[in-house]
Amino acid sequence: MAEQKQILKVTIDNISVEVEQGTTVLQAARKIGGDVAPPAMCYYSKLNGSGGKCRTCLVEIAAGSSADPRPMPKLVASCRTPVMDGMVVKNITSEKVIDARNGVVEFLLINHPLDCPVCDQAGECDLQDLSFNHGKASTRFEFERRTFEKEDVGPNIQLHMNRCILCYRCTYVADQLTNERVHGVLDRGDHSEISTYISKAIDNDFSGNMIDVCPVGALTDKTFRFKNRVWFTKPVDAHRDCEKCCGKVTLWRRGRDVLRVTARKDEWNEVQSFEGNTGWICNECRFDKKHIGDWEYDGETNIKRHSVIAQGKYPWLVMPKEILPDVMGGRDPKLMMDIHDVSEVNDPIIDLSKIKGPSTSKTFNK
Amino acid sequence: MQALTNRLKLVNRKPMTFVEKLYLWNILKGMAITFRHIFKRKATINYPEQKRTFSPVFRGLQVLNRDEEGKERCTACGLCAVACPAEAITMEAAERSSNETHLYREEKFAARFEINMLRCIFCGLCEEACPKNAIYLSQTFAPSNYSRKGFIYKKDDLLIPHPKENPDAYAKALGERKKITN
Ligand code: SF4
Ligand code: SF4
Ligand code: SF4
Ligand code: FES
Repeated sequence: MAEQKQILKVTIDNISVEVEQGTTVLQAARKIGGDVAPPAMCYYSKLNGSGGKCRTCLVEIAAGSSADPRPMPKLVASCRTPVMDGMVVKNITSEKVIDARNGVVEFLLINHPLDCPVCDQAGECDLQDLSFNHGKASTRFEFERRTFEKEDVGPNIQLHMNRCILCYRCTYVADQLTNERVHGVLDRGDHSEISTYISKAIDNDFSGNMIDVCPVGALTDKTFRFKNRVWFTKPVDAHRDCEKCCGKVTLWRRGRDVLRVTARKDEWNEVQSFEGNTGWICNECRFDKKHIGDWEYDGETNIKRHSVIAQGKYPWLVMPKEILPDVMGGRDPKLMMDIHDVSEVNDPIIDLSKIKGPSTSKTFNK
Repeated sequence: MQALTNRLKLVNRKPMTFVEKLYLWNILKGMAITFRHIFKRKATINYPEQKRTFSPVFRGLQVLNRDEEGKERCTACGLCAVACPAEAITMEAAERSSNETHLYREEKFAARFEINMLRCIFCGLCEEACPKNAIYLSQTFAPSNYSRKGFIYKKDDLLIPHPKENPDAYAKALGERKKITN
């Protein structure tokens, strides 16, 4: 006999929503959407067992359930708390939550190098958004930050352990997507770090997805390293027939050059699902298909208006007809200067998408 | 009618006297005023021999700064370019190799950096956006040029002289700016 899932009613920030039994408070809040959904740094709906590490998703439970309406004594991590019927949750309406979240952000940033000007994740970094909304302008931490050397995790992934917030998402990717996990969390407490045993290369076909799940810039794509800032590239959705993965990706382009390939993200900055399957992409699609001809165009990627990536992009813009050639009898106006003749930036001879790693001074001083 | 200000002057509509009708008298009066100005302080200066001092908040030509050891501060973060309302700034980044640590402060540096002075409106937003104190607007303006090409300033045109190799030029380029620490 198939068990009927019970429908529970919860109230989050005075908005009621009905969800199935077993749903977490975070998922219920995401169902409402908008500001009501608490930020999540470690929870990833597509990775089993994730969540419960970072405490950014703390909420106040003002009433436990209709059967037992006592409030919960402490703030709880919404990503790991299942809803009860008649639960009353306070997220942004609770001062306690906002205060606690500010504290969590301060803790997350204790060892963070704040090297956003160098980091390739800047512009699409969850930690950047979180600290923008909840962070303090200065730190109260008076000790040395812990530092690590940057490390190669396989040929195409760069690990900057300095930036890691130990959310464990990447190890779940390795556990659940690849058949042999060769990296994990070493040591304990303040010393813990993500590493591979003796820098063993990760050469599994799906290892690249760690880059997409990493909420910060700890794991970044080496084939995109320092090529451009995210907000100067133009994302478009594209697909190809791939035997290994769904082949549905976002291409990050500069002109016709494909500088980076990522999986498609949804509104929670998680990899999108297609027909119930998570759209993880394989390493071949991600790292080796950097030619525009490899892909079939599906349309422009939807970028949130307030994201910095939306700068300089006006998809709604309708260009008026250029009338000068008409009034000049078909002749184009004479250009006084073509900037491409003078400028050395974006030299067509240097195709950054063809360079495997980051460019160096040799690339430019040929 | 009540006057709005106390500077009201009534128009004199008296008929002109004989001397006034000659006009010569008025001409002489005007000449006297002109003559008097010869001995007054001049409003103009002899540019370019003489130059006026700019106010400390004058926003002129951009300078790409170095730190005290002469390392380039810019890390090609693109914040100036995204802040620029005129879209005048373009750049390309590269990774610093191990033998270049004396040249650049950060792991990433601007291999190319260009400002199109034809587009720049000298608003100073690039200076404000820069997290590395790498760019500032100096108290000079872009010199005139015979062709448009000359207004595309490359990194070499923008970089401040090296503080160790060329301390005088460095100090001059730094101008009245306070020394930037950190
Ligand atoms: S490397 Fe990234 S994904 Fe992995 S634990 Fe650190 S922050 Fe999380
Ligand atoms: S001064 Fe203003 S217009 Fe000129 S480069 Fe800087 S930001 Fe752009
Ligand atoms: S000048 Fe400053 S803002 Fe501009 S790229 Fe360099 S470091 Fe970034
Ligand atoms: S998202 Fe819930 S604890 Fe990290």
